Amino acid sequence: MASVVTNQEHPPGGTARLDARGLLCPLPVIRTQDKIRTLNVGDVLEVVATDPGVLHDIPAWCRVHGHRLLTTERHTGSFYFKIKVTP
Amino acid sequence: MEIQDKNADVPKRAAALISGGLDSMLAAKIILDQGVDVEGVNFFTGFCVEGHTHAIRKKDRSREKRNNALWVAEQLGIKLHIVDVIDEYKDIVLNPKHGYGANLNPCLDCKIFMVNKALTQDVLDRGFDFVITGEVIGQRPKSQRADTMPVIARESGAGDRLLRPLCALNLPPTLPEREGWVDRGKLYGFHGRDRKPQMALAKSLGFTDYAQPAGGCCFLTDPRYAGKLADLWDARGERDYDFDDIMLLKVGRHIRPAPHYKLIVGREEGENNFLSGYRRRFVHLNTVSHTGPLTLIDGKPKQGDLLLAARIAARYSQGRGAEKVSVSVHHPSGVTEELRVEPLPPTELEPAWHVGG
Repeated sequence: MASVVTNQEHPPGGTARLDARGLLCPLPVIRTQDKIRTLNVGDVLEVVATDPGVLHDIPAWCRVHGHRLLTTERHTGSFYFKIKVTP
Repeated sequence: MEIQDKNADVPKRAAALISGGLDSMLAAKIILDQGVDVEGVNFFTGFCVEGHTHAIRKKDRSREKRNNALWVAEQLGIKLHIVDVIDEYKDIVLNPKHGYGANLNPCLDCKIFMVNKALTQDVLDRGFDFVITGEVIGQRPKSQRADTMPVIARESGAGDRLLRPLCALNLPPTLPEREGWVDRGKLYGFHGRDRKPQMALAKSLGFTDYAQPAGGCCFLTDPRYAGKLADLWDARGERDYDFDDIMLLKVGRHIRPAPHYKLIVGREEGENNFLSGYRRRFVHLNTVSHTGPLTLIDGKPKQGDLLLAARIAARYSQGRGAEKVSVSVHHPSGVTEELRVEPLPPTELEPAWHVGG
């Protein structure tokens, strides 16, 4: 993704987290997109959200932008994603 | 010696406004097929029909849950930038220079805003060379008319960098056409409200699945929703809103027995769950003796109003035919009281109390 830039606050390969619980789609996707813009290629973003719509939208957004969705998990009404930032 | 444009070999970049409907998908596809580097932009105003309401209402959960703009981007193989414009958009809704359409839809100002935002998006390393929309002359009574097309181009700042591939042949050539970035001969001259040309084009391009109807994606065009928003402004004595206000207008029955308060009554489990997230900020009611809705009271109800509110809540519970229903009234202070009330008969529920018709 062209907008991913080197960010000194996050060393490459680091892990960042985003809490999107309580937000309804498309806001979790927007917050994910905006967070990833601040990360480096190779970083992993962990997202937690509660709107079931994310089960469709976050994987679709990753496919559209070429980021790797590493895992999708569901625990007690929340959905957890790990996304690896790609160029 | 001829001066070479050092960027002459770099593919031109276009921002396509992607609503998730058919027209914007076709417009982007037409330009994409001409070798232009197209990226999609989708704006979330807070009034978008997609997403929230599908997530809230349980009856809608059986539908395939997809974000149509993302789906379109995936079909086209383009990136899509979804932009949160909730705060900026407020000024468009409250102060539309060109006024409203049939309801509270500021369509012309909205289009000007979105074209401008797309052109000036800073999500990419370099800007876009031009903007594409799926507009068709004569398709929308407020914003897609022959006389409003130049207004959008001019006031958005896009000028002749705004290309409408579906109706370009009815308009003067734009910069991308004059410069040869796109072939005008491969653009279209659609006009009017007839959707058949778009459907035929979709078929010829191999699209068999697309969202219908095009354009019906904004709550502000919905007379019931617009009625609720106007009621909110009347009740508060000012034209203003925040995100929670416009979300709550999408949910439940809105019943205003008096100017100083209204009830928001959940219509089903999904809405009750959604309203539950707001309950601590409002006086709210639960029916105790019978299964029933969660009811929020927006405004400043007086103690005497709570009895009527409880009777209305009871009327929408499973105890509507019972002699008495127990209703808990919870105050934001933490105080809870219980009322035994007779459910309000339908004949006593004034039609005028239903906000938005």
